Amino acid sequence: MTARLRTPLSRIEGLGAGRSGTMHFWHQRMTAVALVPLSIWFVASALAYVGADQGAVAAYFAEPVNAVPMFLFVVASTYHMSLGLQIIIEDYIHQEGQKIALLMLNRFAAWAIGAASGFALIKMALH
Amino acid sequence: MADAPNSPGPGASPFGRPLSPHLQIYRWTITMAASITHRVTGIALAAGTLFLAWWLIAAASGPDAYGLFMRLATNLLGEVVLFGFLWALAFHLLNGIRHLAWDVGYGFKVPTAKLTAALVYGVSLLLAAGAFVVGIMVRGGLGT
Repeated sequence: MTARLRTPLSRIEGLGAGRSGTMHFWHQRMTAVALVPLSIWFVASALAYVGADQGAVAAYFAEPVNAVPMFLFVVASTYHMSLGLQIIIEDYIHQEGQKIALLMLNRFAAWAIGAASGFALIKMALH
Repeated sequence: MADAPNSPGPGASPFGRPLSPHLQIYRWTITMAASITHRVTGIALAAGTLFLAWWLIAAASGPDAYGLFMRLATNLLGEVVLFGFLWALAFHLLNGIRHLAWDVGYGFKVPTAKLTAALVYGVSLLLAAGAFVVGIMVRGGLGT
């Protein structure tokens, strides 16, 4: 048991929660606060355009006043999502290899969804 | 509690330490249900971001892509899924505010926590139903 010879400080200095735990907590809360107004705005927008055709929706998101909050909503929600799913993976997946693979997949998926949504917004803005 | 905390009883850990009973042992409480629902709605909303990306890409691609998205979103299954997302978002939003209140030290008393959990369930259902009805009225009827 080499672990017994290690001080608690040495254990937290390496990989582990010692440096990133509070940042994860804080970013989860910051994005949560940002998402309160952003998600209310998003649902209101989506409801207003629920029966609209493609041209009307594209024209809506071409306006900076709509494109910017939508971009912020996409960024905040994909980041908040990746932080939340990370906690769930860490809670339930105990096999180290599986855990690392899923944590990586989680971040890849968040970036892919965010990039795809962001690209669509840029395309509508420039059209 | 038949066993003393440190005696290895049925299901005890091999190290002789007491084990926390598994989830199914506990009597269900509304606060426990709200906690689990928060996690489940979070996972559902993560799946929802795929639909959000699809909607935006369809809107950016043209009438054909958007028409396909709308046909799938407005059939019966699509309506059920949309209502599910609306409720999941309403629940996660309201319960998230409950969590933020805890973070700054409010609402920890047991009766308060029980009341706010019940409120989150009730108000989220009302909000989702209200938003769904508004959506139907804006579009002018169920289905396509």
